[in-house]
Amino acid sequence: MNITLDADKCCAAGQCVLIAPDVFDQRDEDGVVVLLDAAPPADQHDMVREAAAICPAAVIQVHE
Amino acid sequence: MTPSPASPAPAPAAAPALPVQPPQGCPFDPPAEFARLRTEAPLSKISLPDGTEAWLATRYADIRAILGDTRFSSDTTRPGYPLSGMTGGATTEHRGFIRMDPPEHTRLRRMVTREFMVKRVEAMRPDIQRLTDELCDAMEKRAGQDVDLVEALALPVPSLVISLLLGVPYDDHEVFQRLTGTLLSRTVTDEERESARSELRAYLHQLVSAKEAAPGDDILGRLITEQQVPGEITHDDVVAFAALLLIAGHETTANMIGLSALTLMRDRETADRLRAEPNLIRGAVEELLRFHSIIRNGPRRAATEDIEIGGQLIRAGEGVVVAVPSANRDPEVFEDPDALDVCRPNAQHHVAFGYGIHQCLGQALARVELQVVIGTLLRRFPGMRPAVPVDEIPYRSDMAIYGCHTLPVTW
Repeated sequence: MNITLDADKCCAAGQCVLIAPDVFDQRDEDGVVVLLDAAPPADQHDMVREAAAICPAAVIQVHE
Repeated sequence: MTPSPASPAPAPAAAPALPVQPPQGCPFDPPAEFARLRTEAPLSKISLPDGTEAWLATRYADIRAILGDTRFSSDTTRPGYPLSGMTGGATTEHRGFIRMDPPEHTRLRRMVTREFMVKRVEAMRPDIQRLTDELCDAMEKRAGQDVDLVEALALPVPSLVISLLLGVPYDDHEVFQRLTGTLLSRTVTDEERESARSELRAYLHQLVSAKEAAPGDDILGRLITEQQVPGEITHDDVVAFAALLLIAGHETTANMIGLSALTLMRDRETADRLRAEPNLIRGAVEELLRFHSIIRNGPRRAATEDIEIGGQLIRAGEGVVVAVPSANRDPEVFEDPDALDVCRPNAQHHVAFGYGIHQCLGQALARVELQVVIGTLLRRFPGMRPAVPVDEIPYRSDMAIYGCHTLPVTW
């Protein structure tokens, strides 16, 4: 799994951080998404897919 | 057959109004009309109070498509925007960023997003717990009496938290709670709503002016020193931020607390389960948000081009009203949607906070407030029950945000 972000579109809802905190974070200045791990281990994959499905601004792309 | 001149063809029936009444005896269910519309006419026309028409979207997939597409504008000054019957803060003048489109929406929203980011809100959890415990201590002293849970706990927790964050004196809570009540009513006259808007503006104008002289370590203080002083925003913009965050910050969470507490008083099995397994509270809050879907008067959009949604063409300049409670009870997405299941695997797919770039800015804060307050109530007041028959509780079908006006309880 490989993750890319379109962070310009991020609205800082923070749902990805709630779902997969080992993969996503928010930057201090404006809460915009930050990728902690662009190729997370298998035990994170379901959570990453869930975060991508829920993201309100369709910022998270998952490549498998 | 040609109608005779003596009996002209009847004028086409006006479209129905936005459904708001829950089914008889089922105060926790959305209007029954939504289930029929989802299958028969997922995009149908409704009449707004001034007689104009708008589309009403009732299916989950269509609602996500609309809210996720910025060609559906949030700018209330756009032609065709369905303004009539709208509640809340200023609509066209001095409006907050929720009533704007990118790029201005993005610029303004990002001035406050960090204040509500997950780690900032998690850091507040101990303070929210302490505040909740203090209010519960005061309630405990009234054991055996009838207590209005709205007044004693549901409204004070989010009001205190947002006042603290913004730097609004909590001593003024009667003023802003009263004005918010008028602003969010669907049954007051336009004049009454306008008058509440001006009164709130005047109050916040004075507050922001005082803060300009002595900005504190709070959201309004930071907006003044970091954005207004360098010329990024004006005094009026700070007032608009204050109005938006103050209104959105207390009324929504307060109503979710009241409805959630009442639901769990009536569903003993679920309440016992949450007491036995407190780590279920996060999922339970998502499910309660889905189940109750308290936003009942929108969100609303105006199409800026011709756009096809679920096979229905919406034309540029037409307005759309989205039925959040209908999306969150859509059986295409949520199995057995009318059941409250605190372990529902996809509960967080709800659109109770909206969807798209306008999705609720304060959602992380709302989640923590709900987790703390509901968890604490379950733990400290296991015997709490409604003090009146549940069909005598005054439900808020007259308001843009559903809930209970008062919730008399005893234990």
